[in-house]
Amino acid sequence: MKKALARLTLWQWILALLVLAGAYATYVRVVYGLGGATHLSDRFPWGLWIGFDILCGVGLAAGGFTLAAIVHIFNIERYKPILRPAILTAFLGYVLVVVALLFDLGRPYRVWHPLVMWNPHSVMFEVAWCVMLYTAVLGLEFAPVVFERYAWKKAVRVMHAVSIPLVIVGVILSTLHQSSLGSLYLILPEKLYPLWYSPFLPVFFFISALCVGFAMTIFESWHSSRAFHRQLEAPLLASMGRVLAVLLAFYLILRLLDLLHRNVLALLLRPRMETYLFALEIALMAVPMLLLFRRRIRTSPTALYYNAILVIFGFITNRLNVSVTGMEAASGTHYVPKWTEVAITLSIIACGFAVFWFAARYFPVFPEEKKRIVAARPLEPLPVEGD
Amino acid sequence: MSKAILYDATLCIGCKLCEQACAERNHLSYNESIAGEEKLSAHKLTAILTRGDNHMRRLCMNCLDPTCKSVCPVGAFTKTKAGPVEYDGNKCIGCRYCMQACPFQVPTYEWDKRLPKVKKCDMCSDRVAAGRQTACAEICPTGATKFGDRDALIAEAQQRIREKPDQYVDHIFGVSEVGGTSVLLLSSVPFETFGYRNDLPHEPMPLLTWQVLSHIPDIVVLGSALLGGIWWITHRREEVAAAEAAEKEAKR
Repeated sequence: MKKALARLTLWQWILALLVLAGAYATYVRVVYGLGGATHLSDRFPWGLWIGFDILCGVGLAAGGFTLAAIVHIFNIERYKPILRPAILTAFLGYVLVVVALLFDLGRPYRVWHPLVMWNPHSVMFEVAWCVMLYTAVLGLEFAPVVFERYAWKKAVRVMHAVSIPLVIVGVILSTLHQSSLGSLYLILPEKLYPLWYSPFLPVFFFISALCVGFAMTIFESWHSSRAFHRQLEAPLLASMGRVLAVLLAFYLILRLLDLLHRNVLALLLRPRMETYLFALEIALMAVPMLLLFRRRIRTSPTALYYNAILVIFGFITNRLNVSVTGMEAASGTHYVPKWTEVAITLSIIACGFAVFWFAARYFPVFPEEKKRIVAARPLEPLPVEGD
Repeated sequence: MSKAILYDATLCIGCKLCEQACAERNHLSYNESIAGEEKLSAHKLTAILTRGDNHMRRLCMNCLDPTCKSVCPVGAFTKTKAGPVEYDGNKCIGCRYCMQACPFQVPTYEWDKRLPKVKKCDMCSDRVAAGRQTACAEICPTGATKFGDRDALIAEAQQRIREKPDQYVDHIFGVSEVGGTSVLLLSSVPFETFGYRNDLPHEPMPLLTWQVLSHIPDIVVLGSALLGGIWWITHRREEVAAAEAAEKEAKR
């Protein structure tokens, strides 16, 4: 036992600690309710769980539909090697979003209610349906990987036959609800700070989701190549960096035009927290955009990786600005998440990393592994603790 | 005929009997310390606010086109013909979008309960349905809170302002705010003093999201056609190759 504990790496320790803290926070949430587990209030009813776990979680999973469209719809075959990890991340991302939602809902056991109690006028109703359907679609898109692993040939053939309609449905569902997470805030013109409130919120949410979809794919590829000692698809990632630069430029110009046309540019001169956070959000997108237009950056995997991280942080800052910091001034309160909120969020992320690692290790997610598995490789034994 | 409540702050003496009657009707406890709380909460569905000599009431505005009803993913809110906006706690999943979206910050949550519900004034929906007036209007000793037909109450409020223009701000809050509400307010000091916003749109808030949501069927149809079309175009080369191969096969 002692030997096994000593063998755990630093990351495994962190993971274990996070999961323990998350378990205790879950206990607090279940027993003492939202009041005991969060710093939410009547004036500030949505906090970290909505702002980070849901808004960022769904966005960070955008690589799945972006790559599925590129490979299957636009038929750009060379991106195929990174499609499966992207689909896996998206699927895990959505499952974790649903888990986070169960923590946030006052009555989680009624999560299925929108299926039978309809209100098409509600953006939340649309989000609920899209998340549910798209999680199912992602499950089906990832299913062939599992079928291949166990060499279920007939199931693989069936999935192959329906793959194109499935991808189309997936892309449409993603487009709808990536944007509708922005639409959620359209009904709050008097509450969301004017640097962020715009009638174009759904468009901004959609385009920034595309950006972060590419950034996440670069991020994952880099980590997977290290964790599984694989060659990095360098030219592929370089071309993704090019697309990312163009998308970021388009997004930032759109944001600027929006501020211009709404006559709120002058707000940027006010020395307020919102101004600084807005500047941070834009800088985190603009700096990688400028750098990615340089060939030297795109062709260096490490530089590309750090730029992707900047974009991811820019995206997270944007979502938290819209959902938390941009709402504070009008609410008349100051919200700082309670430790339980942070613990649950971090342990959900930790579980995500652990499940991805597990799935990538035991299923043919990466192309190299694929060949070996088709040759009916027997299941590798799981590493047993305490041996 | 749609019913409404008219609250005239100039007649209010701040006795808080409306708070007490409201608590009774909603089976909530009421005591001196709760009377001292000048805000809405899950245990206080109406509140009298005091600033100097002036009073103002807070309660659900029971909007004509309610934002809460529009945003609720399970349709837990209904606007009845008589005027009240009802909440069905058995449908509610606890997403709290109604609290986030309400332009008057009215819905509150039972934060301390394991299985909480949203709480808000429902304009004594059961009493109104039975042809009675709301508990707060019935008990009010000065007539500051008055229950009646909405149109008649608006006419009466206009007349009060006309007769004593120096006593009133020349505005009936709720006639057109967010498309109109079933609670109408008169005051001698600006409504902003008590946190009522003067920058609310005069169109119903649900339009803001509906103008996007109503396009979803179009997006689905057009999107499918476009994506399917792109797929068909980009895969043509493979089709051609397959056809050529088949031709060769046939010639042989």
